[in-house]
This record gives sequence, structure tokens and C-alpha cells, in this order.
Amino acid sequence: MERFLVGIDGSECGDRALSTAVAQARAAGAELVICFVIAWSPYSFSTPQENAERHRRREEELEAARSKILEPRVAGLKAGGLAIESVARHGHPVRTLVKLAEEREADLIVVGRSGDTPLKTRIFGGTAVGLVQSSPVPVLVVP
Amino acid sequence: MSFRISVPACLTIPVPGAAFADQGLDGTIDRLVTPLSDALSALIFYEIPLPLVDQGLPFIVLWLVVAALFFTVYFGFINLRAMKHSFRLLRGDYTPPDAAGEVTHFQALATALSGTVGLGNIAGVALAVSLGGPGATFWMILAGLLGMSTKFVECTLGVKYRNEYADGTVSGGPMYYLSKGIASEYPNLAVLGKGLAIVFAVFCIGGALGGTMFQTNQAFSQLLNVTGGGASVLQGYGWLFGVVVALLVGMVIIGGIRSIARVTEKLVPVMGVTYVLAGLLIIGTHIEQLPAAFGAIVTGAFQPEGVYGGFVGVLIMGLRRAAFSNEAGIGSAAIAHSAVRTDKPVTEGLVALYEPFIDTVVVCTITALVIIITGSIVPSGDVEGVALTSRAFASVFDWFPLVLLVAVLLFAFSTVISWSYYGLKAFTYLLGEGRDRELAFKGSVLVATVLGSSINLFSVMNFADAMVLAMSLPNLVGVYLLAPVVKREFVAYWRDYKAGRLQTYR
Repeated sequence: MERFLVGIDGSECGDRALSTAVAQARAAGAELVICFVIAWSPYSFSTPQENAERHRRREEELEAARSKILEPRVAGLKAGGLAIESVARHGHPVRTLVKLAEEREADLIVVGRSGDTPLKTRIFGGTAVGLVQSSPVPVLVVP
Repeated sequence: MSFRISVPACLTIPVPGAAFADQGLDGTIDRLVTPLSDALSALIFYEIPLPLVDQGLPFIVLWLVVAALFFTVYFGFINLRAMKHSFRLLRGDYTPPDAAGEVTHFQALATALSGTVGLGNIAGVALAVSLGGPGATFWMILAGLLGMSTKFVECTLGVKYRNEYADGTVSGGPMYYLSKGIASEYPNLAVLGKGLAIVFAVFCIGGALGGTMFQTNQAFSQLLNVTGGGASVLQGYGWLFGVVVALLVGMVIIGGIRSIARVTEKLVPVMGVTYVLAGLLIIGTHIEQLPAAFGAIVTGAFQPEGVYGGFVGVLIMGLRRAAFSNEAGIGSAAIAHSAVRTDKPVTEGLVALYEPFIDTVVVCTITALVIIITGSIVPSGDVEGVALTSRAFASVFDWFPLVLLVAVLLFAFSTVISWSYYGLKAFTYLLGEGRDRELAFKGSVLVATVLGSSINLFSVMNFADAMVLAMSLPNLVGVYLLAPVVKREFVAYWRDYKAGRLQTYR
């Protein structure tokens, strides 16, 4: 059975990517893995106070991602009879999605084109561009 | 530590910003604090007389250096042999991927470093070199290398005996290992442990408040110097500077405004890297003088010119600046490092090895080399701090004093943030946690910020100086007592490492 991975970020564009992924998965009879990446770097700098509270914050961030972003979207789709797994993870968006695609042996990654601010996307390239450059599987970019 | 630029006791350096008018308030506070300050200073800076030299060996320097030497030998030169492994820990090679989002070894180290890197690296080195000649650098590097071992022990203990609360937050540091650690290892010394913890916490609160005053005072002095010294338009506006800094600090520590902290977080390492790169560039353009500079450092260390106080004088100057710069043995780093997420306390101790290494061995050496290579030392001239470093860098990059000013301001800011947290932890350890109490302490940090730059209280500053160093008295007693615990854990960990039983993820 095929498996598609879709990255969402809570934005409208991310939701369009999700709709496309759902349509593709239904057509192909594939499973769907929905991932929300919480941007995080192991090399960022923080105050001692933030470090002391980090573990709690992490749990809160994961909980918020699950309850506010993932679950509302998954609930409706599951009712529609689609095999769905949802994942919330900390990390660099591109690297985390690539890693997850490898772990789950996904056949396709679907993402929205924009998400970051336009300026940031122009200078550094967005998640979509990063995926196109480094993904081991085909990438479907949704405008 | 970062806020030592004055040399206490025998060598009082005129603080450059002695531009503050003598006010009635200053005098009153001075009179109140002086007896206390003098008593503590007399103990901490007691100079053990040495034969043949007119300069004695300050007790506290001996206390810190002996500990560093002891732990280096006791742990079989861990400071040298574990560096490769600790670099891999730092890089995350041993961190499981499912720990993403937790405090990493790198972040714990970076946070601890932003509390120590600062004026000590810029001004302290200049002091050492102008007082002790190039040779002082040699002893500084040596003391930095030894200090790594002390950091290893105290940071391992900090993680091992921290409190992890149900809500997912952690509290750690000497208060906890002194009380919990000693009680569990030596049940009949439990009272001693508790006592040491309380004494430590008291010193830590004093050091945090005094250190805050010192930071803003020195930062403002630097600002005055760069903007024209006595003729500066900012002359007399120290209070305004203090209020601005207090507002910014308050927004971070009380308001929890993360954006300011985030900007500082990004700028502090950028300044650090800029400083090191500029230093390397200057060394690079004078590369032909590098062997001679190293030669001067080594020969100066063993056969110094009489003008620098002879062999012992140079030795003391180097050891002293190193001890003051990297805080090894003070216990402050153990508070910062204890937030890391790991089930093996030893790993954080190993990572902490890099703190004195970066602070003292790398940054201080670069400063010293730049000063020596550019020939900026004026023998038998006036004793200089930041001004000497500034002149040395400016001889190649004339815009550098401005960068240095920004660096000093940022380092001061981040050090105040770090120390206000250390002080807060000590405060809540003594009085219990609670919103109102925490607010009261944070408020007093802000008051100290304003006071520090608006009035010149030498007695209070000296007191702060002594307080911070005094933290090493209870701390090191406990660290000696608990060293066998760390040894047990380290031996088991190192055996696993050598046998390849530690799982890597990269």
C-alpha cells in the first residue's frame, strides 16, 4: 500500500496541501501521514529561565499542536474512511519531513508553497524549495 | 567572572567612570556597608605572604587553583582526554532524536557561557598583561585548563542532584547538591550540607545583586569613555542609562518578553564570534610575529622582567585573572547547566569542560596575543583594562572601539540576565518559590541596575566582588566531599564509552 506524507503548518496554504494530499490518497487508495513540525533548533540560544522551563514548554507545544492543529483536521478525514496517522515533532521543517518520510517509507511528500513570510522565503528558500532539493521521494508542491 | 575588571585589595584600579558626583546617599550607604565589606574582603582576599616578593598570594586564588589541580589529578586529566568525546556530545551525536525540543547540551553550554564571557575576557586579560607582562598569559591558560576539571565536577553534580518538578520545570545548582548530595552520601553530615547550602545561597544573592551593579557601572563607564570621557554628553546621565537597562532587563525577567532575550541571544554569540575573528585576523596579518609572541609568553612566564614583579608576581597575576574570568569553582555554572535534558549527569559535566576552555583558553589567549603582537603594552605605564584591549584592536581596525562598546554592553546585559536567574534560584531556595517573592527579588535586581550606574559605591562593588568569590567556599567544600560520587559515575560511564556501549545517533 502506498503512503503519502503531508506537511501542514496551520496556514491556509498548508490546508490546501492537505486537501490535495487527501484527494491524491483517496484516488490512489494510499495511507496518509499528516505532520506538523514545531520549528526548533538544537543550536539556538536561550536564557537560563527558558532552559529551566523548556521541558514543560515542549509538552505544551506538542499538546497545542495535537489539539489545535492536527486533531481538528484528522477527525473529519478519519470519519471519511481514510487511514491517517498524525505526527507532531520539533525540529527543522525540511529535515524533519525528510526524516519522517524515510521512517514511514512514504512514496510522496505534499507541502504548501508558502508558509514563511515572503521575504524569508525569497532569501532562504521556503520549506518547499528545501524539500525539492533534499527529498528522497517525489515532492508535490501546492500553491 | 565577567564582571571583574577592578582588582580588589592590593591593586585598586581607578574605575574609569569615576565621573559620578559624590552625593550624600553614596556616603551614607558606603559607611553602612564598609565594615561588612571590609571583613569579608579581608578573608577572601587575604594575601598569604610569600618570601622574596612584595606581593602575596590571595587566599581565594590559592583555594580555586588548588581545587582545580586536585580535580585534574583525581579525574586523571579529564580536561584533556575527554575533549574529543565531549565535542561529540555537544554536537548531539549521543542525543536520541525523540529528545528534539528539549534543552540540548549545546544550549546549556551556550547559556552558561553567556553568563561568563564578558568584561573578564576583554578587560581582565589586559589587566593581567599590563601588570604581569606577556608571561601572565601562560599561567592564565594553564589555570584555564585546570579549571575545566572543576567545572566538570560541579556541573555533573548540578545535574545529578537537581530538583525535577511535576510541572516539568527543573531547579539545580550548588544549593541542591550541597544539601541533598551531602545528606545522601554522608548522613551524619546532613546538617553541614544544609548549612553550606544556605551560606552559598546567601553569597549568591549578594553576588547577583552586587554583580548587577558592577555590570551596569562598568558598561556605563565604557559608554562614557567612548563618547568622549569627561566631556561626554552623557556625563551625569548614569541614572538614565540605568533606567533604560533596568527597563530592558525588566521586560525580559519580569515581563517575559522573549523577543528582547531572543535578540540578545543572537547578538551575544555574534559579538563573541566577531571579537574572536577580528583577533584572529590581526594575528593573521602579523603572522610573522606569532612565534615571537609565543616566545614572549613562555619566556615571560619563567624569566619575567623585574618590572612585572618577578616570577611569582607574574604567576599570581595569571592565575588570578583566570580564576576570576571563568568562574570555575564558584558554582554559578552548575545552576545554568542543570537544565539540560539527560539521564546521564556525567555528560553535562563533560560538555562543561568547554566553558573554561572557550572562555579562558581561547578568548583570553586571543586577546593577549593581539595585545602582545600589536605592541600595545607600555611597560611601567599605567595599569589598564578595557582601554588597552581597545587600543590594541584599534591599531589595526580603527572602528573597533565601537564594536567593543557594543560587545561590552551586550555582555553586561546577558550577564545581568544570567546572574539575576542565579540569584533568583538562591533566593527561592532560601524562602520558597512563589510569585510575590520572585517578583520582590526581580524588583531588587532592577533597583541594583539603576543604582549601579547612577552612583559609585566602591564598598558595595568590593562587597559584590568578595561575595561572588566567597560562593566558592561552601561550594568547593561540597564538591570535594561529593567528588567520589562523580568519580563512580564517571568511571562507569567511561567504561561504557570505551566499550562502545553508548548508543550514537549520527
